[in-house]
Amino acid sequence: MTAVSVASPIAAGGGRPRIRRGSLWLGALLAIALVGPFVVSGYRVFQLSQVIVYAIALLGLNLLTGFSGQISLGNGAFYAIGGYVAVIVMTKAGLPYWAAPPIAGAVCFLAGSLFGRTATRLEGLYLALATFGLATATPQILKLDALESWTGGNQGIVITKPGSPVTGLINDDQWLYLFCLAVAIALFVIAWNMVRGRTGRALVALRDHPIAAATMGIDVAAYKTIAFGVSAMYTGVAGALGVLITGFISPDSFPTLVSIQFLVGSVLGGIASIFGTLFGAAFIELVPDLAKKASDAAPQAVFGVVLIACMMVMPGGLAGLVYSVRARLARGTIRRHRAES
Amino acid sequence: MQALLHQILSGLANGAIYASVALALVMIFKATHHVNFAQGELAMFSTYMAYELIHAGVPYWIAFFLTLVFSFIVGVAVERLIMRRMQHAPELASVIVFIGLLLAFNGFAGWIFSFTMKEFPSPFASKAWYGTTYLSSHEVGMIGVTLIVLAIVFAFFRFTRLGLAMRAAAENRPSSRLVGIRVGWMLALGWGLASALGAIAGMMAAPVVFLEPNMMGPILLYGFAAALLGGIDNPWGAPIGGFLFGVLENVAGAYLVGSHLKLALALVVIILVLVFRPSGLFGRTVVVRV
Repeated sequence: MTAVSVASPIAAGGGRPRIRRGSLWLGALLAIALVGPFVVSGYRVFQLSQVIVYAIALLGLNLLTGFSGQISLGNGAFYAIGGYVAVIVMTKAGLPYWAAPPIAGAVCFLAGSLFGRTATRLEGLYLALATFGLATATPQILKLDALESWTGGNQGIVITKPGSPVTGLINDDQWLYLFCLAVAIALFVIAWNMVRGRTGRALVALRDHPIAAATMGIDVAAYKTIAFGVSAMYTGVAGALGVLITGFISPDSFPTLVSIQFLVGSVLGGIASIFGTLFGAAFIELVPDLAKKASDAAPQAVFGVVLIACMMVMPGGLAGLVYSVRARLARGTIRRHRAES
Repeated sequence: MQALLHQILSGLANGAIYASVALALVMIFKATHHVNFAQGELAMFSTYMAYELIHAGVPYWIAFFLTLVFSFIVGVAVERLIMRRMQHAPELASVIVFIGLLLAFNGFAGWIFSFTMKEFPSPFASKAWYGTTYLSSHEVGMIGVTLIVLAIVFAFFRFTRLGLAMRAAAENRPSSRLVGIRVGWMLALGWGLASALGAIAGMMAAPVVFLEPNMMGPILLYGFAAALLGGIDNPWGAPIGGFLFGVLENVAGAYLVGSHLKLALALVVIILVLVFRPSGLFGRTVVVRV
C-alpha cells in the first residue's frame, strides 16, 4: 500500500454501530450546512458557497489522484473549461442557469476522457509533467485571439447572477448557496457509491498494483480514461458553479495557481478521502484571506509549507489523521476489554 | 532568409538557458528519479541573491560566484533536510513535496522581495566586440557562458574521482556503497550542482525577462520540454534538447503559432515526446521487468 492510501475509506471499513454513528455525523454536518448561510451574512455566504464549489473540485481531483493514482497538476484547466462552457451556454444559447452545470460537466467529461485517453500512456512522473504543462499553458490558451468571440478575451464576460425565486424568504446569495449545496450532495453521493463499488475497487487496484490489476482482468486503459473523465466532469461542474457565484469570468480567473491550490486542498484534506475534501476546501478558501493580511505573497508561502509539512507528518491528510486516531482509540478499547476479562 | 537566420540564432541564445535548466533537471532525475518541479524557483531565489549582492556594490562576477556558492548550499540543504526523507516515498508524495517547495520559494520571494519587476544587469557590455547584427552581446555571452559551464560540468564528471563517484552513486547505489562511496552525500552534492546550474540560468535569463518571482515559470516548462526532447536520463541529450527547443520555440513563435502560444507549444512538445518517444531523441529505452 502506498502512503497516500492511508485515508482510503475502503481500508477503514466499518461495522454496523459505526455506520450509525457515521450517519449521525452526516446529519450534523448537513444541519450545519443548511443553517450556515442563514447565520452569517453577505461576503461570508459567498465564501461558504465557494467552499462547496472547491469541495466538488477537490473531490474530482481525489477520484483521479487519490483513488486511481494518476497524478494531475492540471485540473485547473477543466475548472476553466467548465466555467467558460457555463458562461457560453447562458449568454450565447440563452439557457437557464440550472442547465449550465450539467452541460459543463458533460463537456468536461468528454474533454477529460480525451486527455485521459492520451494520458493512459503516461505513468507517474510523466503524467505529472504533462499535466503541469497543461496548468501552465491554460491561461495563455484562454487569452487566444481566435477564441475571443467565445471567451470575451482579456476583458472576460459578466453574467447576471441567478436570483432567488422566493425573495422574501431566501436572498439571492443564500439561494445560490443552496443550489451549490444540492449539486454537491448529489455529486458526493455518486462519488461515495462509485468508490465503494466495482469501479472504485478497480481504480484502487490499478493504483496499488497495476500489473496485478491487469491480470485480474481490469481494463487498465478504460478505467484510467473513465477516472480522468469523471474527475474532469466534477471539476467542470465546480467551474460552472464557481462562475455562477462570482458572476464574472476572465482568463485571469484561472492562473496556474488554481490547479496547484486544488492539490493543496486535496492533500491537506486527505487525497484518498471523500469528506476530507470539505476540510481542504475550507482551508484553500479561508486561509489565503487570513494570510493576505501579512503579505500578498503569504498565501503561496503558507500553501507550500503546508504541502511539505503534510507529506512529512501526515501523508493521509486530515482525514487520514482522523482515521488513524480513531483506529488507535479502537485498539485501546480492545486492549482494555482484554485486560478486564 | 535573414529574418529566419536571426530567429534561429536568438533561439540558440534562449536555448542556452533551457539547456542549463534541462541539464540541472536531468542531473537530479538520474540520481534520484525525481523531477524537480522547484528547479526554476530555486534559480529565481538565487538570482534575487545576486541582485541584492550587486546592489550592495559587489562587482558582477564576484556576486556571480558568491551566488553559485549560495545556491549550491541551498541545494544541498534542500536535499539533506527535505528530499532525503522522500527517498522511499511513492512518486505522488515526492511530486507533492516538490510542488510545496515551488510554492514556498515563490511565496517567500514575493514576501521578501515583492512582486515588482526589477531590472537585472548583464555582465556583457551592450556594444562589445562580440555583439553582431544578429545577436546582442548579451545573447552571445549567454551562449558562451553556457558552453563553458557545460564543458566544466562534463570535465568534472568525466575526469575527476568525485565526478566518477557521483556517477556511480546515481547508477547503482548498493554497489557504490559497497566500494566505499558515501552515496547520501553524493546525492546531496548532485543537488547542489543542479541548483548552481539553475542559478546560472536564472542570472543569464534575468536581464532578458526581468527579475520577478514568477520569472522562471515559463522557463521551467521549456526546460522540461527540452529535457524530455533530449531524453530525460541523458546528460548529453538534455543540453542539445535545450538548444533545439530554443530554436523550435523561436522559429515556431515567429512563423507558426505566434508569440502568445509558446507555452502551449511546450505542452504539445512534452505530450508528443511522451506519447511517441518517451525516451527522447537520445535517451535509452527502459524495459521494465515484471
